[in-house]
Amino acid sequence: MALALLAGCAKGTQSRNARVADVATAARATYVPPGQQDEFYLFYSGGHSGQVYVAGIPSMRHISTIPVFAPYPATGYGFDEDSRRMLGGFTWGDVHHPAPSRTNGDYDGRWLFVNDNANNRVARIDLRDFKTRQILGPIPNSSGNHGSSFTTANTEYALVASRFSIPIPKGTVAPTSRYATDYHGVVSGIKIDSASGTMALDWQIITPPFNWDLASTGREISADWAVWSCYNSERSGGPRLEVSASQRDRDYLAFVNWRRAAEAARAGRGRMIAGARVLDPREVPGLMYLIPLAKSPHGADFSPDGRYVVGSGKLAPFATVYDFEKFLAAVQANDTTGSEDGIPVLRYESVRVAEVPVGLGPLHTQFDNEGYAYTSLFVESAIAKWRLGPFDGHDSALVVSKIPVHYNVGHLVVAGGDARHPVGRYLVSMNKLSHGRHLSVGPSQPESSQLIDITGSGMTMLYEAYTEPEPHYAIIMQANLLHPIEVYPQAENRNPNAIWGPTEARITRAGNVVTVRMMAVRSYFAPNEIEVSQGDSVIVHITNTEQSTDELHGWALAEHNINVVIDPGETKTVAFRANRPGVYPYYCTNFCSAMHQEMQGYLLVRPRGGATTAQLLNRTPAGRRAGG
Amino acid sequence: MTSRITTWLDSALGKRSRLLIALASLTLLVSFVVPMWHIKMYATQFPDGLELNIYPQRLTGGNEGRDVIEINTLNHYIGMRSLQQQDFAEMRWIPFALGVFILLAFRTAVFGKVGNAVDLLVLFSYFGLFSLGAFYYRLFDYGHHLDPEAPIKVPPFTPPMIGHNKLANFDVYSYPGLGSAAFLLFGTALVVLVWLDWRAKRAVEQARR
Repeated sequence: MALALLAGCAKGTQSRNARVADVATAARATYVPPGQQDEFYLFYSGGHSGQVYVAGIPSMRHISTIPVFAPYPATGYGFDEDSRRMLGGFTWGDVHHPAPSRTNGDYDGRWLFVNDNANNRVARIDLRDFKTRQILGPIPNSSGNHGSSFTTANTEYALVASRFSIPIPKGTVAPTSRYATDYHGVVSGIKIDSASGTMALDWQIITPPFNWDLASTGREISADWAVWSCYNSERSGGPRLEVSASQRDRDYLAFVNWRRAAEAARAGRGRMIAGARVLDPREVPGLMYLIPLAKSPHGADFSPDGRYVVGSGKLAPFATVYDFEKFLAAVQANDTTGSEDGIPVLRYESVRVAEVPVGLGPLHTQFDNEGYAYTSLFVESAIAKWRLGPFDGHDSALVVSKIPVHYNVGHLVVAGGDARHPVGRYLVSMNKLSHGRHLSVGPSQPESSQLIDITGSGMTMLYEAYTEPEPHYAIIMQANLLHPIEVYPQAENRNPNAIWGPTEARITRAGNVVTVRMMAVRSYFAPNEIEVSQGDSVIVHITNTEQSTDELHGWALAEHNINVVIDPGETKTVAFRANRPGVYPYYCTNFCSAMHQEMQGYLLVRPRGGATTAQLLNRTPAGRRAGG
Repeated sequence: MTSRITTWLDSALGKRSRLLIALASLTLLVSFVVPMWHIKMYATQFPDGLELNIYPQRLTGGNEGRDVIEINTLNHYIGMRSLQQQDFAEMRWIPFALGVFILLAFRTAVFGKVGNAVDLLVLFSYFGLFSLGAFYYRLFDYGHHLDPEAPIKVPPFTPPMIGHNKLANFDVYSYPGLGSAAFLLFGTALVVLVWLDWRAKRAVEQARR
């Protein structure tokens, strides 16, 4: 009997690990030999670490960090004047959903747009050089930038919706007991300039105080629409949302016609609140429709051809499929069951075509190129693979496969999984709890990401990697879609303070502002000595005159909390006050050459009323500093 | 000189030879667009190589010109002078000289005397050998006159003119390019056509005796 028990135990372990592929196959599938490159880029959101991470698939290796909302001294982000200004006084952000720029619904490799859930901002990352180039916000009237930033099929807009309803405009206070009437949600349309990618707030829609959650943008027949899931349609302002926001069996999917909103805004409809044009669905019909969705959903996803929407109710064991053509028909026929603050609620049975029993705690669905849908199951700690049709009433037959993940998957990503033409082949499960799967690193644990092969009708676990806290959404993009530069060509550097040779180095003084034009190259700085007076404002423009890949130079000034890193061909500006007298070394922080240790200089800060070094030497300066 | 030779030099070149000489001279123009000489340097950290391309009128680097900047940056560690186009005076008068040779070739084609072709051949050979010598001298000069204060001290050396050499961690390969092939083609065409003419006229003369 003991043997039977043991056999039972072994079998249990085996069935839990049943999908781990034959080790050799998995190793070969994920091994990228030294000198070779991955096939796909994986752009992870960094969650509350405020950054975006770049990894490769199939190796799952972390390649680099793109700093967005938090300073990152490794690349000097947040220490030079341009990035400091862009951060706007904040030192962190909560990055959840990177959205790619799109053309006809497919990724086009120009930009990534990411949201800041905490401080209500949106950032644009330029994929030509993998740098954050613009941060917009805090967005007026909108709080909790969670349902954001989702790009429309031709990158006309990045769409945003508020997770936290507040009284608007910001600055207004109302008691939370009046949440249902005095607090409001906001959907925002951020216009994207098609040439430069520059973002600007275009219009907003005021909504009931539902917690807007996740979104998806349509394509083909649904190209003018976006859909959001929401929870807390109970309109509770507390005290315990986990209870009060879970009372109703169904919350809503909201279908928003963003194109109509843009037209209404252009026509001058709505009113200005805190400098934003806000449209009211009561006054502009056709902007928004609600459809019931069970229950406290956390996921709304358009199918690749834009025909279906999959809504996942995290507290219901099924994913609901809605037919967009039926939605349009219901709108046409005014097939409503009521309204919320003037927004029509359409009849559930008229639009939904399936309730697919995927499992416990469904969250997020993406799609492959073979007609399958993949839904993450948080509570069940698994991923369900199911067929996107035919929807003929046999919903349970649609589920073809399930694979356990370790542990508690939040979101998943398929290569091109939210594009018009998914690529498929790989899926990454971004799990919320790593729960001791790795070498123990104490109480504060990283997240686990698992790579799964999804070719064919099954799923096979290939690899497990650990990430910084904490990925939410991610994007898998084919490597050949991107052609980033690796050097800023000298001809492109339009900075008026850029210099390209040691004879151009200059130190100039205007009152108590000292401006330095400096260059960095292997292995020296020019000038390598700066003399200022205590209390001076010092502005240093440093140009890295290299034109070779990976020849970065850093510039750190001892005891002044400054470190910038300048890429080849780039010019960065640092500004500080020389408040303390003394001699402060500066040096190259980013290893550059055999003589990297010798790459240094000195800042001499003369005490107020003190002698200059020339006076100290009792002779006139003989041009020791390059350029005098 | 014997009268036989002067008679030969005064005689006319065949029409075909004259045309070929003119056309062959035009191939010299190809060296303005296709390098005359290539120098490639490989190391572990430069698996794709750093490339220098030498033309009659300019010096360029591979990788959209960035390689010459990289080579100069690396060379400063051993105290080698920076490669700057303005330091190569020959790149100002070689294009002029090529023009002169093309004109002389056309002169030969128009006036058609064997002597024109022989003059052209002698001058061009001198020009070619002098250029090769000047090139060698440049290599010697740059590799031998190193800054005594350079951080890395290497014994004076001559970078290879043809073939392979190992310089610190670099494998350096130097070889002529298609531009030089044009030079060789023109020179060879002159030698062959003059010699063929000499042989043909000697045969005629012997037949007459």
